[in-house]
Amino acid sequence: MSVSPAPSPSPVASAPIAWRMPRIRLEGLPLFPIGILLVLVFAAVFADLIAPYNPEIGSLSQRFRPPVWSVGGSGEHLLGTDHIGRDVLSRLIFGARVSMVVGFMAVVFAGVVGTGLGILSGYLGGWVDQVIMRVTDTWLALPALTFAIFLAAIVGPSEFNIVIILGGVYWTRYARVVRGEVLSLKERDFVRLAIVAGCSKWKIMRQHLLPNVLNTAIVLATLMLGVVIVSEAALSFLGVGVPPPKPAWGLMLADGKKGLMAGYWWLTVFPGVCIVMMVLAANLLGDWLRVKLDPQLRQL
Amino acid sequence: MATTTAPLLELDKLSAHYVTARGTRVVRAVDEVSLTLRPGETLGVVGESGSGKTTLALTILRLLPPAARIVSGSMRFGGEDLLAKSTTEMRKIRGKRIAMILQDPMASLNPLFTVGDQIAEGVRVHEGATRRSAWQRAGGLLKAVKIPAATQRLGEYPHQMSGGMRQRIVGAIAISCEPQLLIADEPTTSLDVTIQAQYLKLLRDIQRERGLALIFITHNLGIVARMCDSVAVMYAGRVIESGPVRRIFNAPAHPYTQALIESIPRMDGSLERLTAIDGQPPDLATLPRGCSFQVRCPRVVDRCREEAPPVFDIGAGHTARCWVAKP
Amino acid sequence: MLGGQAVTLLEARNLTKHFPLRKGLFSVDPGAVRAVDGVSFTIEAGRTLGVVGESGCGKSTTAKLVLKLEEPTAGDILFEGRGLTTLDAEGIRQYRRSVQAVFQDPFASLNPRMRVDAIIAEPLVTNEKIEKGQVRQRVARLLDMVGLPARSADLFPHEFSGGQRQRIAIARALALSPKLIVLDEPVSALDVSIRAQILNLLVDLQRDLGLAYLFIAHDLAAVAHMSHSIAVMYLGQLVEYGLAKTVATDPKHPYTQALFSAALPSHPDEVREEIILTGEVPSPVNPPSGCRFHPRCPHVLPRCAPEVPKLRTSFGREVACHLYDTAR
Repeated sequence: MSVSPAPSPSPVASAPIAWRMPRIRLEGLPLFPIGILLVLVFAAVFADLIAPYNPEIGSLSQRFRPPVWSVGGSGEHLLGTDHIGRDVLSRLIFGARVSMVVGFMAVVFAGVVGTGLGILSGYLGGWVDQVIMRVTDTWLALPALTFAIFLAAIVGPSEFNIVIILGGVYWTRYARVVRGEVLSLKERDFVRLAIVAGCSKWKIMRQHLLPNVLNTAIVLATLMLGVVIVSEAALSFLGVGVPPPKPAWGLMLADGKKGLMAGYWWLTVFPGVCIVMMVLAANLLGDWLRVKLDPQLRQL
Repeated sequence: MATTTAPLLELDKLSAHYVTARGTRVVRAVDEVSLTLRPGETLGVVGESGSGKTTLALTILRLLPPAARIVSGSMRFGGEDLLAKSTTEMRKIRGKRIAMILQDPMASLNPLFTVGDQIAEGVRVHEGATRRSAWQRAGGLLKAVKIPAATQRLGEYPHQMSGGMRQRIVGAIAISCEPQLLIADEPTTSLDVTIQAQYLKLLRDIQRERGLALIFITHNLGIVARMCDSVAVMYAGRVIESGPVRRIFNAPAHPYTQALIESIPRMDGSLERLTAIDGQPPDLATLPRGCSFQVRCPRVVDRCREEAPPVFDIGAGHTARCWVAKP
Repeated sequence: MLGGQAVTLLEARNLTKHFPLRKGLFSVDPGAVRAVDGVSFTIEAGRTLGVVGESGCGKSTTAKLVLKLEEPTAGDILFEGRGLTTLDAEGIRQYRRSVQAVFQDPFASLNPRMRVDAIIAEPLVTNEKIEKGQVRQRVARLLDMVGLPARSADLFPHEFSGGQRQRIAIARALALSPKLIVLDEPVSALDVSIRAQILNLLVDLQRDLGLAYLFIAHDLAAVAHMSHSIAVMYLGQLVEYGLAKTVATDPKHPYTQALFSAALPSHPDEVREEIILTGEVPSPVNPPSGCRFHPRCPHVLPRCAPEVPKLRTSFGREVACHLYDTAR
């Protein structure tokens, strides 16, 4: 066939975007947030190995020990002990596990539900869109934390319930954002061409819309991680979160609150710092991801 | 064309480069460009994406972004050295002596101000006119660009007008201070065919009435054929051919120009093959050694790969950068 | 070379598409955008119908109607004799196998998250049951047909230039061996030096595969070059329709004359009679009465305002103009 040959494709960018996960070039990685998150993940995974004590059992003879560098502190409990004599450091380490698990799972759950509904709403339009959007509006009008507390009070506290509740409260943010993206995506030529090729609505949503909103969803997820973790801490603080004696940072804050007046500052400061660090790291990472992933999308 | 008139704009081996922040990549967006433009003359600058034609326009007006720099060469306007001008002096020149029209009229017009205000702005800034007299001037200018019901239009906003009309308003702003040179960067690309014809005729009329010199930047050889007295063809930042328009169309010397001319479909369409140029427009960051067109050139020889050809004079104002076209 | 009688592949009959405008709280009848109004044309197998016109003429909407991305308000399209509006789900599926499309923007036509082989194979796997090995083979053959190297299959769209992406889009359009391809401004977004490559490719494919094209473009010379017949649209209606050579070199309708005279020359000495139209293109929401072109027509007659001219055969093509309406 005498067809004028096209020139060989010269790579325009050096890092091809993979089908599922975007591979990002390693230069310019934000070391601080990634470092923090790695430390937290490491702590969460290897808690059993690195925590010096059992976080749930304390020795009453060691109550209210201050951190090692204060007067009265000892090398046995580096960050001191709480009102039952439990080691603060160990509780922090195990608490990382709880926070990460709850935070991560809640974010994923919210993400799956929210992205799914966002795509359905944006692409199908009509009454499906109306219904989903009105539900989202109502949901968003409720104060998230109050709603979470309400739900927690009803179903009772447990790690699993908290994941469901937080996911159930925060999916609306995803739905809104994803719907907006889908609205503009569905006018793009490649979606039209998929219709022309005979693809069903489901195939289009799965094959064309979902992968293209995934980036946004991921960025949103990292940003929501901070929010969810603070919410979990708040729920635990109020007593409707992760039930004791399981260590959760919010719970530690609640327990430690009582000791503040007595001058037992380490019971609140350390868990507080951990929460701040995790949220900060998640936000910084999310922000970096947003900048990194967006220009590539715009390039296309 | 009178050859004794002093040139209005003279570019001599002008180069402007973009340098990345880390200094690792240099993009020679404008590379040793030499051009001459006489008063009242129309020069067409033809090129595709990556040819450097828009950067050239920005260079002349010294409106390059911070990442770019004029590295060598000279630029004289009306005998004065443009590169030696201070920022204040350049500001006095822009809009008053050299004006520019861009492709997207919506981007050139401020949606929050009336049309009259925008046209009058130039006159008020450059000539210190009062609001009233500037407004009257604006009305006159709208008439000059053939907008019907001009006085009414003065109070309207850009979004109330069609694309063609907006482009005329941009033109009115450009000529408001009676510039000597007008640079038009693809002004008709977003316009419909018949609106484009109206607009080109308007530009020609204005040019004739005011003795305006015009640099028309485009990728469309048809516009050059209709509008221009001389043409400069750019490729990868360099002017690879230039000269009077008829000479270039009748006897293009550079293989790129030849191929461009032959690749345009003819209206009396016979269904024969068009001459296509193999390959794709160059990536300015990774140019080969020697002539930048070598990869796509049907008449490439060994010399092209080793050494970039200098400008050869082919006679009667016609020049080309090509070893094969060397006389 | 197709000899003898041309087979009608697609016939549009009185195709009409109105987009109703939103009803405000107090407005009586907000009206509608009369994008396409009573348009009829035919496309023959293996031939190209070029459609030209400016903004608001309805050519893009016509393309969408042919691709069944929109449903007509009135009129119908017959494909191989069967009306599109009467098709059931299976019929629509069959139709989609025969009619494919290539759009203007090579950057928006390909899903950036899919590999090229998945993009090209999508019509195949959606409509047929074939195994992976065969799909791979078909994709390789299609890439070869459009002049791309086989290894392109494993790359992503952003690794290709505009012209190459358009080739990928063409390869995908060919996947189901369609009979008709709708080309909506296929080269407008490409660099000038690439356009000829793609136009040549399209001509070659038409010759080798017997494809019919609906070629929509604003580049009149490209349309004249590629098409066997040309339809000129203005504000949703057909004003002139005939063989490409006839319409392009000897237009009869005043709008066609203005349009083709406004086309840019290919040489400085190619002088055309300058017909400069006055005014702007009116909006398709409220088109002028009678002949929609009459407010701008240099040859307007008294009967042009009240009376709508019918499309009649005159001087070897169809024209909708009172100047040529001798049947009074």
